[in-house]
Amino acid sequence: MNALLGRPLLRFVPDGTRINFMRGRFIGLATSAFLSLASVGLFFWPGLSLGIDFKGGIVVEARTQGPANFDAIRAALQQRHVPAAGLQRFGADNDVLIRLDAPSGKDAASEAATQSLVDRTRAGIVAAQPGAQMLRADAVGASVSSELFRNGLLALGLSLLMILAYIWIRFEWEFAISAVITLVLDLTKTVGFLALSRFQFDLVMVAAILTILGYSTNDKVVVYDRVRENLRKYRSMPLRELIDLSINETLNRTLGTSSTVFLAALPLALFGGATLSGFAWVMLFGIVVGTSSSIFIAAPILLLLGEKRLRRDLHAVQKR
Amino acid sequence: MMYYSRMKTASVLGVCLLGLLLCLPNLLPAPSRAMPWRQIHLGLDLRGGSYLLMQVDMPTITRERLEALTDGVRQNLLADGLGYRNLATDPGSRSVTFVPRDPTERDRDIASLAKLPQASPGEFTVGARPDGSIAVTLSPTAMTARAQDAVTQSIEIVRRRIDATGAVDPEITRQGSDRIVVQLPGITDPERVKQLLGTTAKMTFHLVDATANPNGLPPPGVEMLPMSDNPAQRVAVIRHADVDGADLTNASPGQDTQTGGWSINFTFNSVGARRFADVTRTNVGHQLAIVLDNKVISAPVIQSVIAGGQGQITGSFTAQQATDLALLLRAGALPAPLAVIEERSVGPSLGADSIRAGAISLVVGFVLVIAFMGLFYGLFGWYANLCLVANLVLILAILSLFQATLTLPGMAGMLLTLGMAVDANILINERIREEVKRGRTALNAMQVGFQRATSTIVDSNATALLAHVMLFVFGTGPVRGFALTITIGIVTTLFTTLLLSRMLMVRWYALTRPTLLPV
Repeated sequence: MNALLGRPLLRFVPDGTRINFMRGRFIGLATSAFLSLASVGLFFWPGLSLGIDFKGGIVVEARTQGPANFDAIRAALQQRHVPAAGLQRFGADNDVLIRLDAPSGKDAASEAATQSLVDRTRAGIVAAQPGAQMLRADAVGASVSSELFRNGLLALGLSLLMILAYIWIRFEWEFAISAVITLVLDLTKTVGFLALSRFQFDLVMVAAILTILGYSTNDKVVVYDRVRENLRKYRSMPLRELIDLSINETLNRTLGTSSTVFLAALPLALFGGATLSGFAWVMLFGIVVGTSSSIFIAAPILLLLGEKRLRRDLHAVQKR
Repeated sequence: MMYYSRMKTASVLGVCLLGLLLCLPNLLPAPSRAMPWRQIHLGLDLRGGSYLLMQVDMPTITRERLEALTDGVRQNLLADGLGYRNLATDPGSRSVTFVPRDPTERDRDIASLAKLPQASPGEFTVGARPDGSIAVTLSPTAMTARAQDAVTQSIEIVRRRIDATGAVDPEITRQGSDRIVVQLPGITDPERVKQLLGTTAKMTFHLVDATANPNGLPPPGVEMLPMSDNPAQRVAVIRHADVDGADLTNASPGQDTQTGGWSINFTFNSVGARRFADVTRTNVGHQLAIVLDNKVISAPVIQSVIAGGQGQITGSFTAQQATDLALLLRAGALPAPLAVIEERSVGPSLGADSIRAGAISLVVGFVLVIAFMGLFYGLFGWYANLCLVANLVLILAILSLFQATLTLPGMAGMLLTLGMAVDANILINERIREEVKRGRTALNAMQVGFQRATSTIVDSNATALLAHVMLFVFGTGPVRGFALTITIGIVTTLFTTLLLSRMLMVRWYALTRPTLLPV
């Protein structure tokens, strides 16, 4: 008990670790740039699988009593002029899922058609499988989905701008620019992961991406904070050495915090159910990307941007 | 820095205790008037229910006002013996325009129209246009006010209609300038509610113009309306309504004992009863059309005067249709059509699954983080864990205090907050450890560690806060719940790490006076 409550039992890296991260800076940047470019490619092909939040349409999930009779459901849907194409099994063999696109118009008639589609789908399932329980029924019209999409992009864009502004105010502009470049690289990779994994891109995913941005910035701020401190402390150390030193000094913290966030998100991915598991997998991916980019990307960019200036502007830094 | 006054200790502990107290009501049964405690609400995604977003059709409000104004213009000009041509409405410029018969009559036209009743002061202006026409133009502010009134009125009518369906705890709120959100806990199939809310239910009684050719163009003041049970058949009704359904005091479904057909029995208030008596007295032998939302339900021939203000609508109703129509007539007509533009329904079993999934994740994640902190940070790690519990309690307390809605993404947000909250403890511990390695004494290392870590903690939390405030502002539905719990979580984290955890460590130091720190 005393051992458990006393000194720490485990550590990631021993004190005084001095890994020369900056030596691999070009490899790191090139790898990151390649992955991000590939992700941009994936964004265009195969593209994101947009959820109904952003695309509009209907999703109905139902649980039938006993195994689902797909032929009966298909017939009942066709009778109600509901395209049966979107009908599929998900999870257990008594769970059915129907996903259909909505009319793209924003006029009253199209909106009414979307709502009528979900009502007919629900009625069709109940008619074909008496006693079927509705698990979920969503119907999002075109006017709402385009608004949600716009708001999601606005939230992302404004967050990036505010992070840029905050770091600019608290640090030097080199820090702010390299942080935002790194964040954009993180963001593109996350988009690539979304395109590859085929998770539905919806509002919850925007929340995941924003959380990743917040978390990733947090990580960078801690390293930058140490760089700033060391700039004052070691007045003659070359920036490259100084950044390496700062990364090494904060390495236990970087790995520690990444681990706790990772451990918190892991159960969501495993037990969170359909709604949260996609969100949580994207989070886990983002934590790994964000942590590695703090070490391998944000710092090298800072080195490139600030190699001449940051040392010359030492007085400006000192005044803060 | 290394001294905590009694006051400060007491207030930090007091906040934690208060948090615990605020959490307790969540374990008790639902609040009532006798027990007005505050609890966290479960979102519809957890308790099951239906969310409907509806849009008020604003152009209709302007169009209807313009149509009424057109009638007024026609009547005033006729009454004053003035001629006009090209009388038309222009919704784009919110105006009614016409060309005077004779340009010299323009001033008399304007004087005549100045007598038109205004619904609010300065509702419209009358003026000549450069092309010689005269325009009655509605002011934008008056129309905005009218639209706002229409939304308020719609909310009231929606509430009445939903209450009449017997829904439990419905929540009806305005969103933005022209939208209404209806949340119906426990309702999984909102089809009937959608139909009830999607019906304007504006009922009016009009005389039928028997002379009009049903296949030709209708004469002025007459319009061709389809029969509701046979849209191909059209009836020429006089545009002016003799009696308005707004004057109904009661409506109930009834069944004809002989034919078994369903009908609606209605009762008028005194104004409606008098008008109804007047129109039936003077028009015996004529057809009176009962018009609901621009469709003719039936057009019976008036047999005799109907005094007493009671009547019956017969048509080809089913029992459900008769019941719903009676309900709609009792609740009143919507001032403008409402369109459902978004539905999100969650069944109770999925909600229960979600609660279970969220709770399991929360417990497992909590245990993992606690184990990590214990293993990697020893005694101070356990203090951090204590703070983590306090943090969770405070988040729940604030959610209860605001009676916030807990959604599944909100539960995820709580878990991620806990994962990130220990970051501050990790920063402090790592810093103290570094200072010890640099040869500082225990006391000095703790002092410097706290001091240096604080600005880093504030900076790193501020950026996360910015991102989530954006999400809260621009997000909707369950995602806002996520942003809300994380935002609250960042604030409570600052409290538990900068005040509570530091206090625990300082107390521990004061009690044991160690020379070596467990870092």
